[in-house]
Amino acid sequence: MTERVTITGRRRGRPPVRRRPVTTEIDAQTRLGEVYMRALLRAQLRLGFTVAGAVLGVLAALPLLFALVPEVSSTEIAGIELPWVILGVAVYPVLVAAAWFYVRAAERVERDFAEMVDRR
Amino acid sequence: MTVEVAAVVLTAVATVLIGAYGLRAARTTSDFYVASRTVTPWWNASAIGGEYLSAASFLGVAGLILAYGADMLWFPVGYTAGYLMLLVLVAAPLRRSGAYTLPDFAEARLESLVARRVASVLVVTIGWLYLLPQFQAAGLTLRTVTGAPQWAGPVVVAAVVLISVLGGGMRSITFVQAFQYWLKLTALAVPVVFLLLVWHVDGRPEVASGEQPVFAETTTVDVATDVTIEVPGPVIVDIDGTLDDEQIDERRLVLPGEVDVAAGTTLVFPEGAPIPHASRLTPLDGEAWALPLQANGEHPLYNTYSLILALFFGTMGLPHVLVRFYTNPDGRAARRTTVAVLGLLGLFYVLPAVYGALGRLYTPELLLTGRTDAVVLVLPGRLVDGAAGDALSALVAAGAFAAFLSTSSGLTISVAGVLSQDILRTHVRSPVSAFRIGAGLALVVPIALALSSPLLGIADVVGLAFAVAASSFCPLLLLGIWWRRLTWPGAVAGLVTGGGTSTLAVTATILAGQQGGWLGALLAQPAAWSMPLAFTVMVVVSLATPRHLAPGVDRTMVRLHTPENLDLDRGDWDPEDRWRR
Repeated sequence: MTERVTITGRRRGRPPVRRRPVTTEIDAQTRLGEVYMRALLRAQLRLGFTVAGAVLGVLAALPLLFALVPEVSSTEIAGIELPWVILGVAVYPVLVAAAWFYVRAAERVERDFAEMVDRR
Repeated sequence: MTVEVAAVVLTAVATVLIGAYGLRAARTTSDFYVASRTVTPWWNASAIGGEYLSAASFLGVAGLILAYGADMLWFPVGYTAGYLMLLVLVAAPLRRSGAYTLPDFAEARLESLVARRVASVLVVTIGWLYLLPQFQAAGLTLRTVTGAPQWAGPVVVAAVVLISVLGGGMRSITFVQAFQYWLKLTALAVPVVFLLLVWHVDGRPEVASGEQPVFAETTTVDVATDVTIEVPGPVIVDIDGTLDDEQIDERRLVLPGEVDVAAGTTLVFPEGAPIPHASRLTPLDGEAWALPLQANGEHPLYNTYSLILALFFGTMGLPHVLVRFYTNPDGRAARRTTVAVLGLLGLFYVLPAVYGALGRLYTPELLLTGRTDAVVLVLPGRLVDGAAGDALSALVAAGAFAAFLSTSSGLTISVAGVLSQDILRTHVRSPVSAFRIGAGLALVVPIALALSSPLLGIADVVGLAFAVAASSFCPLLLLGIWWRRLTWPGAVAGLVTGGGTSTLAVTATILAGQQGGWLGALLAQPAAWSMPLAFTVMVVVSLATPRHLAPGVDRTMVRLHTPENLDLDRGDWDPEDRWRR
């Protein structure tokens, strides 16, 4: 069994440079902090708009499709008209999938942001 | 009938008991408003589902589908997609704002008491507009299943809501509503299995056949409320009651045209007779019913798009929906909860269409009495005989009752919260008693309205509440969260313009009925113009008043958008400061 030895005394050389974390820049509302905040907002907004736009776009195209191509409305799947299949059942899994995709992406954006600003 | 009464009583008692279970924990102000933010995502998602699935979803959607067919499928789709919009645009920032109510949010973001007051008025307006059809539906249900007078339903629902809300506020309501989601899902899903079996055994008759709906067999119709019907062709009817103010008790030939039928009249129609429609419903033949873009009046494409906008963007502006997000522990949980909610809603909303479609086959007389909203309640008893039929009827009655209770509770809490914080606070010292008085006030007005106004389509009126929310709170939230240059004069101008014009349009439609032409379409579905109008006004006025930019806006943006695990200065705003001043 070896004895533990505690070494005291001054370190040699310069201590490693302690960078100011970006969180303090954000707290002090400096230009740099603002740049980081803007980047976060922009990333989240772009993500939100992409998902909202895609879902809204697809759903909003349906009435137009039904109006312009009436044959689509009278097409039947297993004896049920296509609009009933789409609006009655098929949209719901699509909405849940879009939500799932969004949550994963939004959490990734936040993780990246946290790693960036909290690095010391 | 006694089974149904028992089911309704059981739902009410369970609601009060589960509420009392939560009462033990509710002690502080934040317990009352947001359950001290300790509710797990799973409980919270069930509770959000339970709160959101109102009479409009449980009864109204199936009723609309029965009368108007494919176009009405947009209602459940919109109710669900509204949650997706809420998730991707506002859920996490809204939770991180730390506010309890929408007016709290307005005050925290814009640092203005004027904005707070305007938001308060709108919360109360939308809350009452949404409560009105809930109470009317309660009257319809209790009348359908027990024969009780129309006023009994609203009074019973209000009493139960008051007891459970006064007991424990949001904490108890969370458990109550989680229970009610599963009750509602079961109540709609179990009978569907039996209905589809009966339909299958019946040889799967075509739902949308024929030029015009006809009675498949000799049918007796009891008219419970005065109704004007449109008789499509001459028909021989056994009449016992009052037609066109004339007392009749014999078999008689009724000629085509409009006929007034008094309450209490019994009509027996022969097999194959074309079904007269209540004249406030526009009849659709089988072909048109099954296809989209047939039912929405003279301008179906405009109406469909305006409805889509109102439902997609109105959800985030509903006061009772927002208050739920504050019960998540953090922004991340708020997002995850919303995904679960979307799943729960999707599961539920597949069901009403089945009732609407089978109702077209098996309960066509609802088109005559105009009470299509009752299809969910009537159908199981009609298709399934004996004790099983009674049990299924009791189940749907319990589910319907759960729907009124949960949504009315949530709305009452939101409206009471706003009334107590912004109006009663100066008069009542204790926040908890202010909340209790607020709850009473929140219920009295819509009950008076429900008892005095004519019966309106449940899902229609709820759709109007969505239009007002989409034209007021949706722009406030979107711009407030994502655009730092929004100023309080801009927000107030937008809320007043959007909320005001849409409320006027909606009121005109409710009071004067649906008008013809473009003007009628614009008034009946205001969202497509009032929502862009509100956005424009908010942006233009904000740009013109840069002096009124909130001084702490940058700090607020940090608070709204950064994840909670980062150690950042988020300002010291706390909604409970209002009580400490």
